[in-house]
Amino acid sequence: MLLTIDHVHKTYPGGRPVLQDVSLTLEAGQTLALTGESGSGKSTLLNLAAALDGFGAGEITLDGVTLSALDDAGRAALRRDRVALVFQQFNLIPSLTVAQNLAFHARLAGRLDTGWLAELTDRLGLSDLQSRYPEHLSGGQQQRVAIGRAVAVRPKLLLADEPTGNLDETASASVLGLMLDLVKASGAALLLVTHSPEIAAQLDRRAHLAGGRIA
Amino acid sequence: MIRPAVQALWSHWRRHKVQLVTLLCGLALATALWSAVQAINSEARASYARANAQLAVGQLDELHAPGGSIPLSRYVVLRRAGWQLAAVLEGRLRVGGRSLRLMGVDLLSYPPLPAIEDAERGKTPPDPADALTAPGRLFARSELTPLLAAQTALPPVIASEAVPPDLILTDIGVAERLLNKPGQITRLVILPDQPVGLQPLAELAPELERRPPEARTDTARLTDSFHFNLTAFGLLSFAVGLFIVHGTVGLAMAQRRGMIRTLRALGVPLQLLTWLILAELLVLALLGGAIGLILGYLLAGALLPDVAVTLRGLYGAPVDGQLALRSAWVASGLAMAVGGTIIASAQTLWRLSRMPLLAAPGAQAWRMQAGSALVGTAAGLALIAGGIMAVLLFDGLVAGFAFLGGLLMGAALLLPPLLSLILRLCAERARCPLAQWVWADMRAQLPGLSLALMALLLALAANVGVGTMVSSFRLTFTGWLDQRLTSELYITARDDQQGAEIADWLSQRADAVLPIRRTELAHETGPLFLYGIVDHFTYRKNWPLIASDRDVWDRVNAGEAILINEQLARRANLWPGDRLTVLPGWELPIAGVYSDYGNPTGQAIVSVALLNTHVPGTSNRRFGVRVAPGKASDLAQALRTRFELPPGAVIHQAALKAQSMVIFEKTFVVTAALNILTLGVASFAILTSLLTLWTQRLPQLAPVWALGLTRAQLARLELMRSVLLAALTALLALPLGLLLAWALLAVINVEAFGWRLPMYLFPLDWVRLLVLALLAAALAAAIPALRLRRLPPSDLLRVFANER
Amino acid sequence: MNVKALALLLFLPIAAMAQGFAGLGTGAEGFAVPQRGYEFDFPADHGPHPAFRIEWWYVTATLTGEDGRDYGIQWTLFRSALKPHEAEGWQSPQLWMGHAAVTTPDYHRFAERLSRGGIGQSGVTAAPFSAWIDDWQMTGPDFDDLTLTARGADFSYNLSLRAEGPLVFHGENGFSVKSADGQASHYYSQPAYAVTGTLHLPEGGVVVTGQAWLDREWSSQPLSEDQTGWDWFSLSFDTGARLMAFSLRGGRGDFTSATWIAADGSTTALPDGAIMAEPLEQTDLETRRVPTKWRLKVPAYDVDVTVAALNQRAWMGTRFPYWEGPVHITGSHTGRGYLEMTGY
Repeated sequence: MLLTIDHVHKTYPGGRPVLQDVSLTLEAGQTLALTGESGSGKSTLLNLAAALDGFGAGEITLDGVTLSALDDAGRAALRRDRVALVFQQFNLIPSLTVAQNLAFHARLAGRLDTGWLAELTDRLGLSDLQSRYPEHLSGGQQQRVAIGRAVAVRPKLLLADEPTGNLDETASASVLGLMLDLVKASGAALLLVTHSPEIAAQLDRRAHLAGGRIA
Repeated sequence: MIRPAVQALWSHWRRHKVQLVTLLCGLALATALWSAVQAINSEARASYARANAQLAVGQLDELHAPGGSIPLSRYVVLRRAGWQLAAVLEGRLRVGGRSLRLMGVDLLSYPPLPAIEDAERGKTPPDPADALTAPGRLFARSELTPLLAAQTALPPVIASEAVPPDLILTDIGVAERLLNKPGQITRLVILPDQPVGLQPLAELAPELERRPPEARTDTARLTDSFHFNLTAFGLLSFAVGLFIVHGTVGLAMAQRRGMIRTLRALGVPLQLLTWLILAELLVLALLGGAIGLILGYLLAGALLPDVAVTLRGLYGAPVDGQLALRSAWVASGLAMAVGGTIIASAQTLWRLSRMPLLAAPGAQAWRMQAGSALVGTAAGLALIAGGIMAVLLFDGLVAGFAFLGGLLMGAALLLPPLLSLILRLCAERARCPLAQWVWADMRAQLPGLSLALMALLLALAANVGVGTMVSSFRLTFTGWLDQRLTSELYITARDDQQGAEIADWLSQRADAVLPIRRTELAHETGPLFLYGIVDHFTYRKNWPLIASDRDVWDRVNAGEAILINEQLARRANLWPGDRLTVLPGWELPIAGVYSDYGNPTGQAIVSVALLNTHVPGTSNRRFGVRVAPGKASDLAQALRTRFELPPGAVIHQAALKAQSMVIFEKTFVVTAALNILTLGVASFAILTSLLTLWTQRLPQLAPVWALGLTRAQLARLELMRSVLLAALTALLALPLGLLLAWALLAVINVEAFGWRLPMYLFPLDWVRLLVLALLAAALAAAIPALRLRRLPPSDLLRVFANER
Repeated sequence: MNVKALALLLFLPIAAMAQGFAGLGTGAEGFAVPQRGYEFDFPADHGPHPAFRIEWWYVTATLTGEDGRDYGIQWTLFRSALKPHEAEGWQSPQLWMGHAAVTTPDYHRFAERLSRGGIGQSGVTAAPFSAWIDDWQMTGPDFDDLTLTARGADFSYNLSLRAEGPLVFHGENGFSVKSADGQASHYYSQPAYAVTGTLHLPEGGVVVTGQAWLDREWSSQPLSEDQTGWDWFSLSFDTGARLMAFSLRGGRGDFTSATWIAADGSTTALPDGAIMAEPLEQTDLETRRVPTKWRLKVPAYDVDVTVAALNQRAWMGTRFPYWEGPVHITGSHTGRGYLEMTGY
């Protein structure tokens, strides 16, 4: 099992529980859609899986690593080496070019595969945009860069939080299609947060969060 | 991992070159101003130390005669009692219009002098017989040799750079001839290696006073206050420069907040990031510091000649106009740059290290909390109170500057809450909604701008304060010169005999001949120059008395009382009605105190008869001559021809005044330069702050734009806001500046120079400064305003899209 | 004494000025020159001769303390004229230099004084006799009865000198030739003073007795150009006879001169080559190597002695440095004396 979320509780400062006794598993290479209303706690759960945030009771195990035992540096190492993230806001580095952004995570992790990167760039249709800066790209193009950056590192687990939330419908469809293709090609597992049932339907499995619990 | 992370961090600077330049400029300016002042100070101090070494003064004790000179016979008696002493005769020699210090030492017994050792190692070493016997030899800097060589009455000159500037070194036998002081000794240096079993000096020569090196009022001590002044200004400039650094580092960090979050999300540990950013700041600090050192060196090189003129003119301190590069200076300059950078970015770094990975970015990080405003107000009031306490409880220059520092920093801390209060009051009174928004928005903007506004406040206050001080001083000084220099001509005769001849000759041709006789005595507060004058209405009418008893001139002329200058009065706290001990056993009531801005030393005036009784043998070579102004030139010419006087021996009042004003102006050249630079730095700080705020401004502007204001209107409002804040700051800076001026005139000047000056107000200067400040603020706001005007609507729209 | 001091005094202006001027006039322009057949006039000639360039009053004494230890003292006043006249106050061209030393087998202490004539800090008067510089002095009602004092940072002495014989004139009735080129000085001595007094040393006061030798010499001429230094002996033999001998070391060979003084004070001048001095042992003194043990032969008087320093480190580290110290005599004759060596 690649990811095991085991009876996890999460409470925000102020005492409001966000996640209550959530359990979930994900096998290597599997894709899982996490759906739910706004405020259902799906982004929070994704953040926990990405080791971006700590949690209360319960345990999360990712690729054999128990997250509750990690300090900040350990969690950073985990994100660097085994996980990749795609955000709704793209979160590219504005002062780096497209090419630099694409290679960035792989270089951080110390395993840049130039052949794989070239193939990715090509398949994402970014070959002509490599020397541009993010601010000169459209939203769809930016998200393709973000997907490329995430896949280039060949993560065990790709975490995506509403990756198409900022895109119009056409862009949304093509970006999602590309992402699923590339995830398959890289062999990564995917945990995708979305509020859209249509998108969720394209993935292997689906879990629904409501009021902080798996429905 | 480190390489790509560093690359990402640095890529920010590549994309924001203006920001990088701004940061480097801030660092460079701060370092430059500070290190320029340091270079000037250390150069001057090195000059004093070099002069001491060149005169072999060292750490030896000296014997002085409180009443004037030591007779040769006394020296021989002490020698024959076994004491190993070296005799020195000093005086001033007027050569070609310049007054040079002549120092004659007994070459046989004086400790080795570098000038003579150098000459001896030279290609044509001088014959000792020539140096020791008539006519003798003079040793002086090569720049003086043409001047000295042109005087046929003087012995041949040997050029040596191992002599302090404006000083002539020679054998005592030569000096007594040139100074016409046969058999007189100014001081006796007590040599090391005394024989065993000597009878104590206090028994052998009770009338002589033994002075250890630290008790001598040497140049270093006299000029300490001057250097302290400069240092304080340097520090002020440095502090203002740090505001820029703070602003730019804050801006860069705000802009990189997203990037830093992304980096952390991609797996760069926070600790590593913090270290990388610290390292980046250190590299930038070193780079900016290095640029600052170069600028500082150039600035110091440009200012040093003026400082040297001041120090030589005002204190007689030997300062070279040449700048040397010292490694300690480089090290301290870089250390200041690095330390300053760390101080200026500490807050930002601290925030970074505490920044949560997931919290939403927002403007609240910049928002001032009610608590911190209270803390700021309390700290400001405490600083001001501390400054006032310092000056009330302690004396001295340091207390004076503590007062200034407390006042300035305290006022700076009080500025944001004060502005906030004003803006709130304005907002409450505003009727139309737009005005309400403008006031409220200004208040919201205040925290981000407050540091820059503090810098502006400090710079403006310093400008008002120092400007008022200098202008007041100039006005007082010119008036004082007019009162003090009343004689139309000032004459210096070759010797007493010629002095008598000239006086006799003039008595037929001038309205009055006023002898100027003086002697140097020692008072516990330092050297005291005692003058003897004759009774004349010139003194009664013009002498600038600042405090006096009744019948002051009658009593002085009758030999019943003494006049002292303000420096002595303040230092010794002696005022009319008190008594001054002039010499052991000679006490006089003080009848009046006069202002004296010529030099920082103590002075006193008695009737010439009284001076002659108590200190016989003062030379009678200098005279003031009263004559109808129209006849002065002809009389001067006639004098020169009749007595073959060199041009410098007869000086016109106007020339003397001009010379005095030149020294005066030079004294404040450095101050004025630092002032202007400080204001420039402050404007720059405003610009950087506005640029910092820019990124956070859009979310606040977009709704107003959406509600129907054009971008041009918004840009105008932005401009207006900046100018308005600057204007408010300037208005608050005015009373602070006047307080500063008062402190400079009434506290610092008294401590540094010994005189208290009346304060004059120059409203026109304030208006000019206000306009300058508003212009600077408008200029600083122009870039963001222009940007706003040209902003594509889509960018404003995006604000709504991006808002979560 | 000596020749030695002759050159020393020619160096005086350099040495005398703390400032160390080099390059000194070597001519005798304007100065008086020693004349053969000069008639001495006492007591006036005990006083200074400002018309001559150089002059000295030079006392050495070999002493024995009540503790049985051997001591030596030196007291010297040099006069060096920059111009051949005297003037008032600081304008005086006459320079004075004093050297004083105490030598024991264990240590050698010395001091130096400098002064300008004309101001009263130093000088010599003939009658009553007084020679002084600072607080050092040699005074008495006349030349035969003198009190000698000097002090340095760590020693002082106070001695009474009583003459026990006549003045002795060297060379040709006091006209002493210094080189084959004819340079000469006026030179006489009082070699036979009986001494009593006290030395004040770091370890305490010592009452001493012994013998002193006073040299008077004045001239205006420098050494020959090839002469680099000299070795000068003043020896008092236990037989009552005395010997003054010097050897001027020169590139063209050494020039020697000596005076044999019989116990009754009668003198015989010994010409160049009449004495032979041969170094036996050298002592290293910092950068210098100085012979401190000599073999001295005067064949005409059957003298073949070894002259050895009481303290080999009797170096005068003054502005013009030289070696000066007491010696012991063994061999054909025994006795005590003083040795001075310059130019090493």
